Amino acid sequence: MFTRILVANRGEIAVRILRTCRVMGIETVAVYSDADAGALHVTLADQAVRIGGAAPAESYLSQKAILDAARATGAQAIHPGYGFLSENDAFAAACAKAGLTFIGPSPDAMAKLGSKTAARRIAEAAGVPVVPGAVPADQSDAALIAAATKVGFPVLLKPSEGGGGIGMKEVHAAADLPGAIAQARREAEAAFGDGTLYVERLVTKPRHVEFQILGDSHGTVVHLFERECSIQRRHQKVLEETPSTAVTPALRARMGAAAVALARAAGYANAGTVEFLVEGRGDSASFYFLEMNARLQVEHPITEVVTGVDLVRAQIEVAAGGPVPWTQEQLTQRGHAIEVRVCAEDPRQGFLPQAGVLALYREPAMPGVRVDAGVTEGSEVSVHYDSLLAKLVAWGETREAARLRAHEALAHYPILGIRTNVPLLMRLLTHDRFVAGDLDTHFLDAEAASLVPPDSPPTADARAVAALVRRGGSGIAAPAAETSWDPWTSLGGRRV
Amino acid sequence: MERLVADLRTRVERARQGGDERSVKRHREQGKLLVRERLERLLDPDSPFLELSPLAADALYDDDAPGAGLVTGIGRVSGREVLVVANDATVKGGTYYPMTVKKHLRAQQVALENRLPCLYLVDSGGAYLPLQAEVFPDREHFGRIFFNQARMSAEGIAQVAIVMGSCTAGGAYVPAMSDETIIVSGTGTIFLGGPPLVKAATGEDVTAEELGGADVHARLSGVADYLAHDDAHALELARTIVSTLHGSKTLPADRTPPEAPAHDPADIYGIVSADSRHPYDVREVIARLVDGSRFDEFKRLYAPSIVTGFARLHGFLVGIVANNGVLFSESALKATHFIELCNARGVPLVFLQNITGFMVGRQYERGGIAKDGAKMVHAVANSTVPKFTVVIGGSFGAGNYGMCGRAYDPRFLWMWPNARISVMGGEQAASVLSTVKRDQLAREGRTLGEAEDAQIREPILEKYEREGSPYYSTARLWDDGIIDPLHTRDALGLGISAAYNAPIPAVRFGIFRM
Repeated sequence: MFTRILVANRGEIAVRILRTCRVMGIETVAVYSDADAGALHVTLADQAVRIGGAAPAESYLSQKAILDAARATGAQAIHPGYGFLSENDAFAAACAKAGLTFIGPSPDAMAKLGSKTAARRIAEAAGVPVVPGAVPADQSDAALIAAATKVGFPVLLKPSEGGGGIGMKEVHAAADLPGAIAQARREAEAAFGDGTLYVERLVTKPRHVEFQILGDSHGTVVHLFERECSIQRRHQKVLEETPSTAVTPALRARMGAAAVALARAAGYANAGTVEFLVEGRGDSASFYFLEMNARLQVEHPITEVVTGVDLVRAQIEVAAGGPVPWTQEQLTQRGHAIEVRVCAEDPRQGFLPQAGVLALYREPAMPGVRVDAGVTEGSEVSVHYDSLLAKLVAWGETREAARLRAHEALAHYPILGIRTNVPLLMRLLTHDRFVAGDLDTHFLDAEAASLVPPDSPPTADARAVAALVRRGGSGIAAPAAETSWDPWTSLGGRRV
Repeated sequence: MERLVADLRTRVERARQGGDERSVKRHREQGKLLVRERLERLLDPDSPFLELSPLAADALYDDDAPGAGLVTGIGRVSGREVLVVANDATVKGGTYYPMTVKKHLRAQQVALENRLPCLYLVDSGGAYLPLQAEVFPDREHFGRIFFNQARMSAEGIAQVAIVMGSCTAGGAYVPAMSDETIIVSGTGTIFLGGPPLVKAATGEDVTAEELGGADVHARLSGVADYLAHDDAHALELARTIVSTLHGSKTLPADRTPPEAPAHDPADIYGIVSADSRHPYDVREVIARLVDGSRFDEFKRLYAPSIVTGFARLHGFLVGIVANNGVLFSESALKATHFIELCNARGVPLVFLQNITGFMVGRQYERGGIAKDGAKMVHAVANSTVPKFTVVIGGSFGAGNYGMCGRAYDPRFLWMWPNARISVMGGEQAASVLSTVKRDQLAREGRTLGEAEDAQIREPILEKYEREGSPYYSTARLWDDGIIDPLHTRDALGLGISAAYNAPIPAVRFGIFRM
């Protein structure tokens, strides 16, 4: 087992990983950019190394800086978290070359799965259903139009490389295709340096259901059931839950087997996620392989709370050469979990990212609630990184119990200083369609009108409280005197 | 302003060096600590020191006496605020120049007004003999030091001497007049006449140690009470003595937790210009000095050329009187009213002085501006609450009196580096004198030519420019020091807190001319 691990990430995921390392008795090394010098993850680690400027390219994306930090501190392994370098096979290879263990899949598996076209071929070979579609070898407009016509409208145009929704275009009629192709190609080239496009049939009212898997270097692969992530805004997930209201035991068994088969086929070791689109609901529903995420997911905690495992611990154990710590039969789902992502963005201003200082920040503490946060009261939220502040996970015996706990926890989660999406999350949790489990990936856009809170002026009470806070009490009554208020005490070694 | 502050810092740094390298080396060779090192060991760890007039004697005596060879100030020792007077023997053997005497007496006055125990770190050859006529004979000369010691001792204000070098002639009375005295073995000596004088008077050959060393005084004469092995030991003994003084101060019960100004004090650099004629609203300065930038203004709508009101400073309630233009009758009346309020309630007064003077002219004289100005001066003079003055700009003419200038006994008076002080502005003085000359010539049937006029004006302008400088003032102890505007809030806070060591007497005003 490793004795020292470097965590090549920031924010809540770095904090999450550091905590498991501490529990395992493994020393930790944090890395930070200039913008994060006082961040929570820096204070929690045994050592912290500055790796560069605030811009990600100068710090969290700098392979050299991170490898140098690992060498300088004598770390044996690097946990990449999610985002940044987590799915960069070149980095994984560089780690291996430097004699460091990359806690994740092999560079080879990562490279195979990183390309949508290659991943699709692996899936097809493993007998996993895929959405009808094609990557024409001939990338001319005419060939792409022909491919789209063969697949059948509506279609989705996607960059062959990359993810995160960038460059994806929905096309409902052949006439719209040439413009969409040009735009998608341009965006793909700008974002990923590769304009190769992929055409697939657009599944209407799809649900996004993904399966967590874990494999080891001895060829064992198990799945840890599904997560439903249909509540998305521009392909960014907002709320996730498990189990999915669309998945029945029979469907779960089929999808789980497909996920495991795919991972085996790719020679996948460590934690990963197989994403599917689900059309329909229950035993008769169809599912299609979408892509595989070769890393720990943001939403992994809901899987942890219903299965009772520590996924980061398992990742570290299998990276160190150990076997998957459980058999498929030992894994069961207990109760229901919902995660909401608390973000520094203002839904009332088109989800504009917010920056500032968390003047007041108190996490809720109640039964069945877990908060994974990268900030504390007084933290500065900058515009350099994504807007995720914390993930609130509520567990309950039933979906309804979890939903009510999540709502209650958000109501007792005061955050002042910057605007957040908490009002939106609370409305979401009480929305009729959400309560009924009637979800698809268009939910948030379709229901935006009733979910985005109105930008109403502050109430008279709020104004009065604000005035009192600024005034510092009633202004007349002085509390009992304390000697520490004497400047001869409070000014320390002042020389005037 | 930032340039002025940088200049101030350079000058203070230089003055704090004390004597030249050779003197410092000799001092150390005797096993003695430098005066600033002595202070560091004497004061409580991590506690403030409010130094008085660090630039005394600046540019005087051929610049031979940085700080006038004396460090004075208020510091914390064993949890109590004390007044420290410490000779710097690296400056002309710690001898007393006229400004050294003045600085020593000023420190004693601060101790008396605020009832602060006095600690004298003595290391001095006595009066600077070449200037004896300006040091010895007058009321406010050397002898007053011992007069003050006797009076303060009688008032119950402890007098403690630590003899860490020579105490010759008159200087011998500092330890002798103290309530308790410590002497350092090997370096401390006390005698009325040193070995050369003894030789001259009686022919007796005697070493300094035999004549008045630590052993002699601790074992035989009884002039000293404690024998210390070295400087560090002596300072430790002094800390112990202070811990036995058995006094305490009473802070007002309505203090609030101190709060930084809501507006950044550094803004003062931009608000206040080096040119005193550049106008600004003094409330902008107040907002950068007081707790939470909160100011409860009194008579805001009346006589706007003076600003009065209550605020908190380091949690202490204070009354602020600040100039916002020339003084009229109404301004004087408003200030008088406010000063009476503060006295009735026992609230310390802070004067922010930036004043060209009282308004002149027929209309104003007829309106009785002299008697209204007199009311303000009367109220200031008879105030018993602690007063603090900061000259943040000009200090000219009778405005200086009404706004609690040096003659009105503020507990502390500080100047900002941009301050100017004189009986009137240089331009006005030059005009007055040229008019007088023109009238004189007119009586003789002659006129004043342009060249002659310039001959009268230019030396006056030059003189006022030089003598109006805050450095000219602080060198002569007209103030307690020039401070960085950013230190004002802390200096006031420390001063106000120290002032609460003394009770506030009941106020009694005399006749206000109506």
